[in-house]
Amino acid sequence: MYDAGRVIAGLLIFLAIVTSPLWYRLVSGAEGGPPQLPLVTTDTTCVAPTPYMRALHMELLNSWRDDVVRRGDRVHIGIDGTTYEKSLSRTCTHCHSNKAEFCDRCHDYAAVNPYCWDCHVEPREAQ
Amino acid sequence: MTVDRRKFIKLAGVTAAGLATGAPARLLARETSAQGERSAPLLAKRWAMVIDLKKCLRAQGCVDCVNACHRTHNVPDFDNPKDEVKWVWKEPFEHAFHGEEHEYQREDVKHSLALLMCNHCDSPPCVKVCPTQATWKRESDGIVMMDWHRCIGCRYCVAACPYGSRSFNWRDPRPHISEVNEEFPTRTRGVVEKCTFCEERLARGEMPACVEACPERALTFGDLEDPESDVRAILTNAYSIRRKPELGTVPEVYYLV
Repeated sequence: MYDAGRVIAGLLIFLAIVTSPLWYRLVSGAEGGPPQLPLVTTDTTCVAPTPYMRALHMELLNSWRDDVVRRGDRVHIGIDGTTYEKSLSRTCTHCHSNKAEFCDRCHDYAAVNPYCWDCHVEPREAQ
Repeated sequence: MTVDRRKFIKLAGVTAAGLATGAPARLLARETSAQGERSAPLLAKRWAMVIDLKKCLRAQGCVDCVNACHRTHNVPDFDNPKDEVKWVWKEPFEHAFHGEEHEYQREDVKHSLALLMCNHCDSPPCVKVCPTQATWKRESDGIVMMDWHRCIGCRYCVAACPYGSRSFNWRDPRPHISEVNEEFPTRTRGVVEKCTFCEERLARGEMPACVEACPERALTFGDLEDPESDVRAILTNAYSIRRKPELGTVPEVYYLV
């Protein structure tokens, strides 16, 4: 092998760069994993069970949007029979008023960029 | 977002369990609302507006209805008239009722400003041209609706509307809204908007914002198909005109002059 030293050193550097996301966390001590989302409400129930909301809130919101705008159906019935208004800014953000902490952090982590807030007004953060 | 079979069965299980425990409770207990009592929505077969221009003229220079509407719906206020966005506005009589005006007209009418808004036509040309069905006529009550999620900003509807009721957001409207109403969305650049007869307020049992704001009670809103309604009572007793009825759009905003 010609220039074995250089080739192997180059390969090692390449490997180090490629695998850097794997060991960066260990070295820097940065917190990993999905962010813990703080709740700022005393209410204990959501419009749907937490696992469902965590996984599929975007689909729920999409169906709410179509129900309200196109079908004029504004009432959501929760599993326990409680009724809610199908509204992002009149229902969801009453409990989840901490958009920066509750919505944005997880969206950043998941690298998604929902455009809800281009039109819908984000809640004024509680002081 | 994909749901594989395992996840789907899990969710179905959770939902079924929830329904099994929740349904009897729901039947036994009265339905509870998380947001307190909601007032019943206002319903009609055919919403229509009657505008009494004589009463409107009594309050010289009053734009309370325009302000109330624009504040409620986060309508931006641009300095440049070319960018203007409006839901409800005032226009000289001869512009609003072109062909009705003549030299010897009653003075107050000649110099009056007519209050204009979307006519929620029975045969709306804007709906016919919309390629995405972002605007459509509600079967239930005749309101010509807008779905801003779907509008692609082609402006066919702006060209089709013979009343100038539709405005296009040439610029980002957010910085031009002085006081944002958090409970109503704003629009983005590239979206068309117009009056919706306050359908979101009707759903909460409230009258349109302009009707409530008028100090002269010049605006009457009601069900045209209900013979007992206020609008029908006014229309049977007074002579009324509509804007450009010859076009066959069947506008549903009536004017008393």
